[in-house]
Amino acid sequence: MLRKLLIGTALASGLAFTAHAEDVKEVQMLHWWTSGGEAAALNVLKGDLAKEGYAWKDVPVAGGGGDAAMTALKAMVAAGNYPTASQMLGYTVLDYAAAGVMGDLTETAKKEGWDKSVPAALQKFSVYEGKWVAAPVNVHSVNWLWINKAVMDKIGGAEPKTFDDFIALLDKAKAAGVIPLALGGQNWQEATMFDSVVLSTGGPEFYKKAFNDLDDASLKSDTMKKSFDNLAKLVTYVDPNFSGRDWNLATAMVIKGDALVQVMGDWAKGEFHAANKTPGTDFLCYRFPGTDGSVIYNSDMFGMFNVPDDRKAAQVALATATLSKSFQSAFNVVKGSVPARTDVPDTDFDACGKKGIADLKAANDGGTLFGSLAQGYGAPPAVANAYKDVVSKFVHGQIKTSDEAVTELVKAIDDAK
Amino acid sequence: MSTVATPARPTASRQASGGMNVKLVNRIVIYGLLALFALFYLMPLFVMLVTSFKTMDEIQNGNMLSLPKAPTFDPWLKAWGETCVGLTCAGIKGYFWNSIKMVVPAVIISTLLGALNGYVLTKWRFRGATLVFGLMLFACFIPFQSVLLPMATILGSVGRFGVTLQNSIGTSLGLGNSTVNLVFVHVVYGIGFTTLFFRNYYEAFPTELVKAAQVDGASFFQIFRRIMLPNSMPIFVVTVIYQFTNIWNDFLFASAYAGTGDSMPMTVALNNVVNTSTGVVEYNVNMAAAMIAALPTLLVYVLAGRYFVRGLMAGAVKG
Amino acid sequence: MSTVATSQIKLTPEHARPRASVRSRLQDALPKLVLAPSFAITIVFVYGFILWTIYLSFTNSKTFPSYVISGSRAYQRLWGWTFDTDPPSSWYTSITNMGIFGFLYILICLALGLFLAILLDQKIRGEGVLRPIYLYPMALSFIVTGVAWKWFLDPGLGLEQTLHQWGWTSFHFDWIKNKDFVIYTVVIAGVWQASGFIMAMFLAGLRGIDGEIMKAAQIDGATTFQLYRRIVIPLLRPIFLSAFIVLAHLAIKSYDLVVALTSGGPGGSAWLPSNFMYEYTFKRNEMAVGSASAVIMLMTIVAIIVPYLYSELREKPR
Repeated sequence: MLRKLLIGTALASGLAFTAHAEDVKEVQMLHWWTSGGEAAALNVLKGDLAKEGYAWKDVPVAGGGGDAAMTALKAMVAAGNYPTASQMLGYTVLDYAAAGVMGDLTETAKKEGWDKSVPAALQKFSVYEGKWVAAPVNVHSVNWLWINKAVMDKIGGAEPKTFDDFIALLDKAKAAGVIPLALGGQNWQEATMFDSVVLSTGGPEFYKKAFNDLDDASLKSDTMKKSFDNLAKLVTYVDPNFSGRDWNLATAMVIKGDALVQVMGDWAKGEFHAANKTPGTDFLCYRFPGTDGSVIYNSDMFGMFNVPDDRKAAQVALATATLSKSFQSAFNVVKGSVPARTDVPDTDFDACGKKGIADLKAANDGGTLFGSLAQGYGAPPAVANAYKDVVSKFVHGQIKTSDEAVTELVKAIDDAK
Repeated sequence: MSTVATPARPTASRQASGGMNVKLVNRIVIYGLLALFALFYLMPLFVMLVTSFKTMDEIQNGNMLSLPKAPTFDPWLKAWGETCVGLTCAGIKGYFWNSIKMVVPAVIISTLLGALNGYVLTKWRFRGATLVFGLMLFACFIPFQSVLLPMATILGSVGRFGVTLQNSIGTSLGLGNSTVNLVFVHVVYGIGFTTLFFRNYYEAFPTELVKAAQVDGASFFQIFRRIMLPNSMPIFVVTVIYQFTNIWNDFLFASAYAGTGDSMPMTVALNNVVNTSTGVVEYNVNMAAAMIAALPTLLVYVLAGRYFVRGLMAGAVKG
Repeated sequence: MSTVATSQIKLTPEHARPRASVRSRLQDALPKLVLAPSFAITIVFVYGFILWTIYLSFTNSKTFPSYVISGSRAYQRLWGWTFDTDPPSSWYTSITNMGIFGFLYILICLALGLFLAILLDQKIRGEGVLRPIYLYPMALSFIVTGVAWKWFLDPGLGLEQTLHQWGWTSFHFDWIKNKDFVIYTVVIAGVWQASGFIMAMFLAGLRGIDGEIMKAAQIDGATTFQLYRRIVIPLLRPIFLSAFIVLAHLAIKSYDLVVALTSGGPGGSAWLPSNFMYEYTFKRNEMAVGSASAVIMLMTIVAIIVPYLYSELREKPR
């Protein structure tokens, strides 16, 4: 039985190799978009490629927001079996490029004009030593508030423009017996919220210095301490069971009206859409108070590997399709994010999406487009995760004061650098 | 204590006359305890079962422990044939075969090797046997995460060698095939346990039987087949259960070495259904999918469990 | 205790040693030949990789393995973290959790497993039904049972809420949300998952015991309790060793359990060393630190297991 099996599999793999001579009309794609809207959005890309005659070989590995997929990718690269492309985040792309396993799409980029249409902030991660190694799929922004409109009307609230406004609004909700702030007590959610708090407390310059340049003086400063105090203030508006909650359950609390507001990236919009809610009538999207005009972003990228020559044509087709205006629009309408190029028309987007596109353009032009530290676009993973540790320990009480938090943050980041 | 060895004395004390009642109470207590623990073990299954028959509405608004108000079979149908595993939406039914063709050879090979090793280590002791066993035993503790990359490197080289073979002699001998790779990996990291199980089971097995057979002229393999194997049913059950479960449920190796479409094992597929990062989590479908994915393992438990009978040792001694 | 062994010897007639011949010389080599492949792959794929891990722990490996030796910085960092108790470093949390979790998990599983096996060995009607009930938790992937447990333990969804609805409003059980108690919920779920299998191991052991011995002792008037304490449990010693090894390895490798049940716990308070190792090796791209933590884990296991193995395995006078 076993021998039969071995022979059978050997035969099967034998067949696969006979087609080696000419171009392989297939893309192998590692990703962790296995659910609902995202999978549907990716299916658009699969369809686009099918029209050009390329088959799609799916390598989905879900779990841990890409952790499991990245582990699998590392094993694949160690074995020398590169996929055509893999979904990747920020610094990971650069790490793999430095290891010399990424392909080179510069020619295609020139032809398609990516240099001009993709924001410079994204090119920092998709271009390595002058070579295009990845195709950005979208731009997410994390400094958003997602508010249940019915609850907002009930408590008579208005858009908070400053952090103090925000606290006043939360107080109103508390008085009305609604959970003011929906938060999932997992470290990345807490840190994502803290990104916005720091931008709001210290302003754009401070955020950039502290969380993109990792400037010691800024990390140690009183402004950082104040940011932690503000975070502590926000945490008092959270319900007691928040610890460990998944982010989409926190979003569900806002959708159902159990909670007033969630501070979360724009992927939360996908949840509102899935529940058939419309922006403006059912829910509201505001920038985190005090951060208007700036955008803290993260972005999903398709890293392009250095595949054998007979697979390069398929790779180019994949990259071109990924950055095509039609796919950028179709995908991002579903995903809740905004296109990774600034020249995509916003006609198909809802009100929040239109605002997101306009904000991104303004931030890109004004130099206020910053990488999210919590999402791995502010600093390499070692630092980003050390940062998440500190924020989470502060939220859950292992770190007791904001003074201590600042000391720990500086220590952790120094240690991880 | 030395009386153990003496043959049965027919005059040995019978239970006291009040024993009947005590016995009844004993039985009631035993059954009561067994039932109580059964409840503890069943609790999460109950939660999963009722959830899998509820609509999403009811899950979001009702109590987790309550029975479904309007039981629906849809989540099971969806998990079986419609739910999306990545971009392919054909349910998890297609992944059974991938797992089975990996699990069955891996379990058989590792269990037989374990039985042979255990037999050698207890009945054919040689100098250093204990050290060899100790080393194999300690191997159980290596964290799989730290072997992931070096193993991948080796499998990758073996795979390239397979391609070379393919081009030169026309067959890769299965080298580089991801199912073969997984079987190999699971055998490598399974024999520590299977050897441990059999060695410790055979440790209590009377060596004298083996010696007697040896004197009668039975060969190494004859003794193994005729004396050891027939008396090993319970430990075979345990070993098969352990290996089957672990290999079936392995995610780390499966996702790293066989995540690519056609050979994707069940666990990776299940994980892709369940472990979604966005979208409304369909708990009912997830629970149903998990139970479907566990069916082969459960089947093994029930079927193998039938052989959980008391060993035939006593008979073997006399025969 | 040694009486059991003597009794078995008495059952077999004494025979003279067979004379050495070509055939018996072949038979002498055969056992070693049978064992050799297993031993060889263990040496290469376990000990070889352990050496590789040790080597990496002294390099500056980050995202990918690097083979340039750069000293013991990884160990120095771990050593420093070991004493960072306030606020607790992730490493400190991981190793203290390992102590709590490992001890309780192994102890409870052993006790419960043995207890259930003995109960189930009392000629129980319906054993065929009960056995799979105790065993099934092993079969289900924890990525899903983790969700069921998470709900069950969540004060807003599970046990606490249900009991409140039933009128017992003073009931309070929020360990899973509490940074000081979350590790105990991991113990509960872990015991639930593994104790059934330990039961099966003991049951196999019980079934392997020669029925004659039990009968003889019973006829001799030994009470059930004496029978188990004096005869059965000592005979199960090798099974205890197997069970201990299985549990210890499960405890050390419990990674999914923590992630699925607690997502790491409030502020990372449910981490175990395996979580630490995975995080640093794969997520934080600090492979040297991850490798060093793996080495320390293995060394700790050596320190605990080797004396135990030594006492269990050393040749006993027969």
